[in-house]
Amino acid sequence: MTGTGIGAPVRRKEDQRFITGAGRYTDDLSRPGQAHAYFLRSPHAHAKILSIDTAAARAMPGVVAILTGDDLAADKIGGLICGWMIHSKDGSPMKAGPHPALAQGKVRYVGDHVAVVIADTYAQARDAAEAIEVAYEVLPAVVDARAAQKAGAPQVHDVADDNTVFRWHLGDKASTDAAFARAAHVTKIDLVNNRLVPNPMEPRAAVGEYDPGNESYTLFTTSQNPHVARLVLSAFIGVAPEHKLRVIAPDVGGGFGSKIFIYAEETVCVWAARKVGRPVRWTSDRTEAFLSDAHGRDHATHAELAMDENGKIIGLRAQTIANLGAYLSTFSSSVPTYLYAPLLSGSYDIPAIYAEVDGVYTNTAPVDAYRGAGRPEATFVVERLVEVAARELGMDPAKFRKRNYVKRFPHQTPVIMTYDAGDYGASMDKALELADYKGFSRRKRESARRGKLRGIGFSSYIEACGIAPSQAVGSLGAGVGLWESAEVRVNPTGSIEVLTGSHSHGQGHETTFAQLVCDRLGVPIENVIIVHGDTDKVQFGMGTYGSRSGAVGMSAIAKAIDKVIVKGKKVAAHVLEAAEADIEFKDGKFTVAGTDRGVGFADVALQAYIAHKFSGQDLEPGLKEGAFYDPTNFTFPAGVHICELEIDPDTGVTTIERWTAVDDFGVIINPMIVEGQVHGGIAQGVGQALHEGAIYDESGQLVTASFMDYRMPRAADLPSFQVGMTVTPCPSNPLGIKGCGEAGAIAAPAAVMNAITDALGHEDIAMPATPQAVWRAAQKNAAMRVAAE
Amino acid sequence: MYAFTYHKPSSVRQAAAMLAKNEDAKLLAGGHTLLPTMKQRLASPSALIDLGAMPELKGIERKGRSVVIGAMTRHGEVAESAVVREAIPGLAELAELIGDPHVRHRGTIGGSVANNDPSADYPAALLALDATVITNKRKIAADEFFQGLFVTALEEGEIVTKVSFPVAQKAAYAKFRNPASRYALAGVFVAKRGSDVRVAVTGASENGVFRWTAAEEALKARFTAKSLEGMAPSPDGMIGDIHADSAYRAHLVGVMARRAVQAATSR
Amino acid sequence: MAIVNMTVNGRAVTADIDPRMLLVQFVRENLRLTGTHVGCDTSQCGSCVLHVDGQAVKACTVLAIQADGSSVTTIEGLSAAGGELHPMQAAFREHHGLQCGYCTPGMIMAAIDIVNRKGHALDETTIRDELEGNLCRCTGYHNIVKAVAAGAEAMGREPIRQAAE
Ligand SMILES: Cc1cc2nc3c(=O)[nH]c(=O)nc-3n(C[C@H](O)[C@H](O)[C@H](O)COP(=O)(O)OP(=O)(O)OC[C@H]3O[C@@H](n4cnc5c(N)ncnc54)[C@H](O)[C@@H]3O)c2cc1C
Repeated sequence: MTGTGIGAPVRRKEDQRFITGAGRYTDDLSRPGQAHAYFLRSPHAHAKILSIDTAAARAMPGVVAILTGDDLAADKIGGLICGWMIHSKDGSPMKAGPHPALAQGKVRYVGDHVAVVIADTYAQARDAAEAIEVAYEVLPAVVDARAAQKAGAPQVHDVADDNTVFRWHLGDKASTDAAFARAAHVTKIDLVNNRLVPNPMEPRAAVGEYDPGNESYTLFTTSQNPHVARLVLSAFIGVAPEHKLRVIAPDVGGGFGSKIFIYAEETVCVWAARKVGRPVRWTSDRTEAFLSDAHGRDHATHAELAMDENGKIIGLRAQTIANLGAYLSTFSSSVPTYLYAPLLSGSYDIPAIYAEVDGVYTNTAPVDAYRGAGRPEATFVVERLVEVAARELGMDPAKFRKRNYVKRFPHQTPVIMTYDAGDYGASMDKALELADYKGFSRRKRESARRGKLRGIGFSSYIEACGIAPSQAVGSLGAGVGLWESAEVRVNPTGSIEVLTGSHSHGQGHETTFAQLVCDRLGVPIENVIIVHGDTDKVQFGMGTYGSRSGAVGMSAIAKAIDKVIVKGKKVAAHVLEAAEADIEFKDGKFTVAGTDRGVGFADVALQAYIAHKFSGQDLEPGLKEGAFYDPTNFTFPAGVHICELEIDPDTGVTTIERWTAVDDFGVIINPMIVEGQVHGGIAQGVGQALHEGAIYDESGQLVTASFMDYRMPRAADLPSFQVGMTVTPCPSNPLGIKGCGEAGAIAAPAAVMNAITDALGHEDIAMPATPQAVWRAAQKNAAMRVAAE
Repeated sequence: MYAFTYHKPSSVRQAAAMLAKNEDAKLLAGGHTLLPTMKQRLASPSALIDLGAMPELKGIERKGRSVVIGAMTRHGEVAESAVVREAIPGLAELAELIGDPHVRHRGTIGGSVANNDPSADYPAALLALDATVITNKRKIAADEFFQGLFVTALEEGEIVTKVSFPVAQKAAYAKFRNPASRYALAGVFVAKRGSDVRVAVTGASENGVFRWTAAEEALKARFTAKSLEGMAPSPDGMIGDIHADSAYRAHLVGVMARRAVQAATSR
Repeated sequence: MAIVNMTVNGRAVTADIDPRMLLVQFVRENLRLTGTHVGCDTSQCGSCVLHVDGQAVKACTVLAIQADGSSVTTIEGLSAAGGELHPMQAAFREHHGLQCGYCTPGMIMAAIDIVNRKGHALDETTIRDELEGNLCRCTGYHNIVKAVAAGAEAMGREPIRQAAE
């Protein structure tokens, strides 16, 4: 390890611009001649559009154009797509309704796009939008997925009667039922995984431009995957040909999944730019973000766990109803299916598993991937089941988990996954020690003396990341392959540009990716620059989500670096007049084996470009290599989080007192950045467990449509976290990386809820465990105590 | 925001004259209620009259047995004021619990009082401390000033210039914050002066800030948290929302009242 | 329209503006100082925090015209371009107090304000309470808290710089 190589806590290269205010986010751009877009959104959750009268609005000052769904149809612009095909149990394909970028005939959720006003200023566009007269025939709405499946519920899309998009299943029902039939004990729970609003601090934004001279388009957008955006916008939506559309995602202020998807607004900005002949810009305000960013989670699950007489788990079954919202967002169908049920084995050896999942339309914002995507939902089911089972069996929850852990690898679960490496017991032992588990009962007594209820909760999560082998995801219904690409360009001076298809929106790729290059090529970190987020620069890429940038994105870079070294050896052989087979590369130097003759990396770079020492026939000039990397498996980060908290039974306020996380992310490139990822994930998971929840009223109005009502985690809500690591290298990629971006959000909710139910002495509380909910549960707790006495 | 004209008079008299001339005009103090409302297009004054340039509206003074605070005094200034900390520490503590540091740098006592948001903190202090609101026209006792949700005794064109707080022997505020907005979900200010005890509750009632007389009576008997054991106002008429239904709110009022008395008696 | 005069990052500026222009719009759009961000429309997130006459304020809830005659410091004004970083900026980098960077300018401006009011020895509880008006979605606040404590201490060691701010 060099001071800036793999494993070093290198301070981030990108920070200089962020701490000085020199970051460049989409809304920071100002384009000559730009016009502003404002979207008129539906105030109704479900309504027919009878007419849209724009005459008065068009006459307002500054108005450039007003466009509606009819204009989209006239220009033959296609609808937004869902890129993952799910088949129901009966083999039928999922029922996807149309998803026009501007409503055509019907609106299906509050915030649905009715029309766009383009004007000289934002204020003018907004003023004019108020003057548009839309006649609606308001229809009854349904916001709850279970209610939406009931007979007589309002129908959101004609294609899906009973609003059910798919009835999917995974696993072997017969063997699972058999396991339950012979079980000595069965634990049953009903859970709701609350709906969340992602809320990256930077709201979504887009600027569309059209260059008539070249008939080409540029889209600046807040995207986690600009190439995928370009592909979808061109191949499916058809706003511009792929080779004439440049998508640039500059600095992006957080995504957490919500900026993966291809949305109506960016589609409209590209399309409208050509129509009005000016750059068209749009920036979401926070209310619009609440209404129209894809939400996360929203599952209702019944789950059961079967144990034999020794407390060994022998079966698990789950039935989940997933609310998909009013339209199928880009990857929405994969989240409650293939990103969820294959994780229901948790870190446990469970021989039989069967899951049924219904995906359901409702009159709510579309639901799609949010940090963890499916895996937090699975972890919550498994870790709540396991905790409750341990309590019912009177076993220590840590011991119960350890008894049931997968201990031999590779391990094939009954639900697709082959766990390749891990040591879950080691993580648990380390976590127990760091958390001072032994001292808990003393601390609990001490809390009790102050009238407080103390609880401790575990979450022994596993996730499948790095998604994933293209062949595997293709067989499961993905519309794309999930490889990654990279190009390593060595300049004649020896400085290096790495072009990557991964996208950084907080993850620190400009630093960690450069560390890999330093490590492998022995060049100073200042001489490496990471280029990403521009489809004109980077050939192709699948973007950043699913904790895949390290495992997949960096592996692609490593592969390209290997090729650079191979080529470098050839160049060095010519320079040193030695046989290529005798050239070794180490610490930034090419040497002839067994001699002290060598040449530095920068010299080789120069020689590669001046090509004086070899002819173009025997060796191509230049030093630039590209690679596509497709992994051989998912990666399986896993770990143990322990939450210790205290409840004030008088008010219901929960205070997190200690948080211990021990994670196994495989090889770590930069521990400082990895720990930061863990911290942020935990905060989001704690947010889900204690604070956050999107609430629609019965008419479909979003009650929590601003930070005034939607409760975000604040600094004072959280303690400092104790983060430890164990390492089992990942065998399925060249770097041994498993991925760390989602772990905290996956682990945390179950740890919190297990701690709360431990403190309360009963299980009857749902997320978010707000002060009000906890107070009610504590009242029940007190009542139970009285009854028992 | 809708368009408006902007004026910055240098005296209260000028401001009053402008208000009289312009029906849709609004006074602008810290702007931390008015501007968010205008940004959401829920208010559309044709003119804003900025009170920011009037030295006569600023400052904190001890006047005999009262502390007098100018209408344009920022929450942060009250929180940090040595005069307030010495005379009525509970009032400084209340100011420190309003919003966040940035909000406290802008928001003013005059704006808060004039706005009479049912979840605002200051109204509880004014009512419990038996404060007097001083305007460009008259003096109004807190008991008469607050008249329900966002309604006050202020007449058209009337400007709050000062608030005068009689010093109490014991006074404290306990606040349960709305988890999201951080306004009071249940805020209770208790004050004891001589044999008089006043308990004012904000954030909880559908009718805005109110005096909880049952608690006052109990505390007059003995000014200790124990006197309020098990007490809570009736949930009838309490606000119910996603964060707290009326029963939980009523319960919290009881808890906050006990905590306020506890704080007041342990100084 | 209305004329506004103010000093921004030490530079005198005059402009003829629509009175409804917010201070944050003025610095971002008129002055092209885009380091100050907008993250919400209800005055809560703190992405827009800058200093007016030395105090941290939410620039999304102040009219530009209200800052007439004031001295405004934005994130861009903390250190000269290419010059030495303000100790609080340096502390955020050193302690990995930022990820996506969007809330960061507001956090740093808020942090300096905390130090100005509360001094250089800040404990964790104080820092967390004082960050009430600043939301971050990336860091879980852990490293922000560390950065603010370290930055506060460093500011104490550099009295001259601080006076210049
Ligand atoms: C994020 C945030 C959090 C907040 N949290 C809290 C909280 O926890 N507790 C709390 O109590 N408040 C809270 N507030 C409100 C804040 O305290 C406001 O500043 C205050 O309520 C209004 O004061 P202002 O000076 O900003 O008034 P402005 O917004 O300027 O004015 C408010 C109203 O009062 C009128 N007005 C102003 N001054 C006078 C006067 N002198 N005479 C007559 N009429 C006048 C105005 O015309 C306007 O109608 C919060 C605000 C924000 C933005």
